Amino acid sequence: MHTAQGKQFEQTALKNYLLDHAYDEMFQGPGQLHPHYDPLLEHFASLPANELQRRKQAADLSFLNQGITFTVYGREEGTEKIFPYDLLPRIITSAEWATVERGLTQRITALNLFLRDIYNEGRILNDGIVPREVIYSCKQFRRQMMGLQVPRNVYIAVCGTDLIRLENGEFVVLEDNLRVPSGVSYMLTNRRVMKRIFPQLFSMYNVKPIEQYTQQLLGTLRSLAPEGRPEPNIVLLSPGVFNSAYFEHAYLARQMGIELVEGRDLVTHDNIIYMRTTSGLRRVDVIYRRVDDDFIDPLAFRPDSTLGVAGLFNAYRAGNVTLANAFGTGVADDKALYAYVPDIIRYYMSEEPVLKNVETYLMARPKEREYALANLDKLVVKAVGESGGYGMLIGPQASKAQLAEFAEKIKADPRNYIAQPTITFSRAPCLFGDEFEPRHVDLRPYVLYGDKVTIVPGGLTRVALKRGSLVVNSSQGGGSKDTWVLSE
Amino acid sequence: MLSRVADSLYWMSRYLERAEHATRLLDVNLNLMLDESAASADRRWLRVLQALGNPRGVFWKGDPYALTRELALDTGNKGSIVSCIINARENSRHVREQISTEQWHQLNTLYLQMTRPELQAHLMSDMMMSSDDLIGFLQLVMEAVHQFQGVSDSTMRHGEGWQFIQVGRYIERAEATALLVAAYHEDLWGHPDAATESNEYLDWMGLLRSATAFEAYCKVYTADLVPDKILEFLLLDEEFPHSLRFSIDSLQHALEAIQRVSGKTRAEPLRKLAGKLQATLSYSSVDEILERDLIAYLREIQVQCREIHEMIYELYVDYSIQAALAG
Repeated sequence: MHTAQGKQFEQTALKNYLLDHAYDEMFQGPGQLHPHYDPLLEHFASLPANELQRRKQAADLSFLNQGITFTVYGREEGTEKIFPYDLLPRIITSAEWATVERGLTQRITALNLFLRDIYNEGRILNDGIVPREVIYSCKQFRRQMMGLQVPRNVYIAVCGTDLIRLENGEFVVLEDNLRVPSGVSYMLTNRRVMKRIFPQLFSMYNVKPIEQYTQQLLGTLRSLAPEGRPEPNIVLLSPGVFNSAYFEHAYLARQMGIELVEGRDLVTHDNIIYMRTTSGLRRVDVIYRRVDDDFIDPLAFRPDSTLGVAGLFNAYRAGNVTLANAFGTGVADDKALYAYVPDIIRYYMSEEPVLKNVETYLMARPKEREYALANLDKLVVKAVGESGGYGMLIGPQASKAQLAEFAEKIKADPRNYIAQPTITFSRAPCLFGDEFEPRHVDLRPYVLYGDKVTIVPGGLTRVALKRGSLVVNSSQGGGSKDTWVLSE
Repeated sequence: MLSRVADSLYWMSRYLERAEHATRLLDVNLNLMLDESAASADRRWLRVLQALGNPRGVFWKGDPYALTRELALDTGNKGSIVSCIINARENSRHVREQISTEQWHQLNTLYLQMTRPELQAHLMSDMMMSSDDLIGFLQLVMEAVHQFQGVSDSTMRHGEGWQFIQVGRYIERAEATALLVAAYHEDLWGHPDAATESNEYLDWMGLLRSATAFEAYCKVYTADLVPDKILEFLLLDEEFPHSLRFSIDSLQHALEAIQRVSGKTRAEPLRKLAGKLQATLSYSSVDEILERDLIAYLREIQVQCREIHEMIYELYVDYSIQAALAG
């Protein structure tokens, strides 16, 4: 920022931009930008006053009119909300991305091998790398999957891994989402809106495209079709319009040109899945399902589910239909298993993990539990089966009563909890009024695994929009921003 | 096309047509009553209720604006305009990926406008001001629904889904027109001496305008409002989009288009059913109809519309799996 405009911009827009110990995505140090943020700030400094506000309104309107919303559970009114969106892109250099890509490829490959192993021979259990009780006590372990042959041995076809940056700028894995990860539609729509609102800025950077995601997803699903079905009928199975991610289901189905079906659209006959159409029944070959295991087949899993398809599991077992992801993948993103993932990678890949884990204490281990209970006010406690920021305690921000409550919960059911040190996520600039302020962010890249591993460059950057907050989940007041991965 | 999708598109369209019809009926009658003595208000508004099929729990209590509010804005009343819009939007939300973005915008915007709490509170209040706004509101709804139809025709592929929208619209319109004519017939033809001459003219005009038919009628028959000609126009005109014959013709066209996509042999009974109705309208004259019992005739048409509706469900939406596997 050398121009006079730049100086003035710094004084006004950046006056509340204070650095702390967290890694900052924009500044290396006081007054010193990461070079890849230079053009961005120059560009914004050159815009007339209020221009940012004007563009922000244009972006908001665009989201509202498109009905890009999500549903918040547990509230009667206003259950449809716009996903909050921040105008400033988060920029990742190509070198940083190369590491992330390598790490994620390694991780999904290892986790797939792991799932195949535990649902078949169980070598890793016999070798004592992962204790049996971690697997068999996991609610997401599906006994029904034992010994079952899965197309191409791909259990996890679609995954969204949550990454954060430590204080030294290193990307580490916070969480694997191997069941039905969501958010990819926001990644895609963020980019579309961004290109419309800041065409000039966008063209100043060499941003890698992400538009091909839906086509790659379709290719991945097609590659998993049952044998002998050269023109597979692929559908997306959604729980329906009341699901929080319904917008995304509809969006992806439309972008891929496949049918969006609900449980009531599908019927089973002779272990074959059909969908009810106006021209009669039509066979279904691949189901990209966005319904949890528990609800997907009332005969095989929860009998009270009305979202599922009776007989789906048997059809799957007979090899007449492919599900992506497979049943039982949740055992590999259980938060207690998470602690073992680095060992799992070493075991199957004979390599060191490229992306590290966050240090994790398992409450089922007495020593670690004792430590955690004594230091609860410094730790983050998570229930292993929960997601979306529910069932979580953030020690430093919790009241005495909340701490005591969680201590009781942990003692009552240790297997159900893990604890991690409070990590400060990296911070990226966000626009509030005419000012930039830093907010904590994470990154969820989307990984596809069919005949090969494909990762679109970027992902969903989620932002904790409340000042000081570390919770980025959309259900808990988080927002998102466009993520730019630069080419060389 | 998924059966569920066809079902949603069909009902989205029916609800919108229903909303449009109710809106126009209220708008026309609020306007015409201003030229009329208060004494004839009872007849007018009872007729409106009858033309809407006497919605359950709604009664004429002497205040046209209160009645309009109830029929337009009461979310507790399933047949109210706002309920129809909510239902139409809900159905469209279920098939969001099947309709065009422009269609969704149009309908979603109308929904958001209509369900704004401030608007509801404002229009539900008893102030003079809000009565004027009520009329503005009705016009807004009518325009938005018309725009939705235009957007649907110009942005959606005229494939099976669009045809189901046509089916929903015209089956609803046919029933509504039959009901409307029946309501006026019982009142006006039934008691020819009850109305004064000037009132009568207004009433006939009201009937035509309730079907957007006044101007179109004048072009064909001039502004002489002759009851038999009006009847002929509303029931049998080949080219007027709100006439019964036009509705049934359009319905039959849409059904044929669907049959071409989804297989003809299955749909044979439906083709016959709709074809029979179409034929009776195509080859009838108004004198023949008037010689017999008009009310019974109109009722018969409604029964046939319902049979067609049920047959559509049996064929395309709610068929048994055994039958489908066998076929």
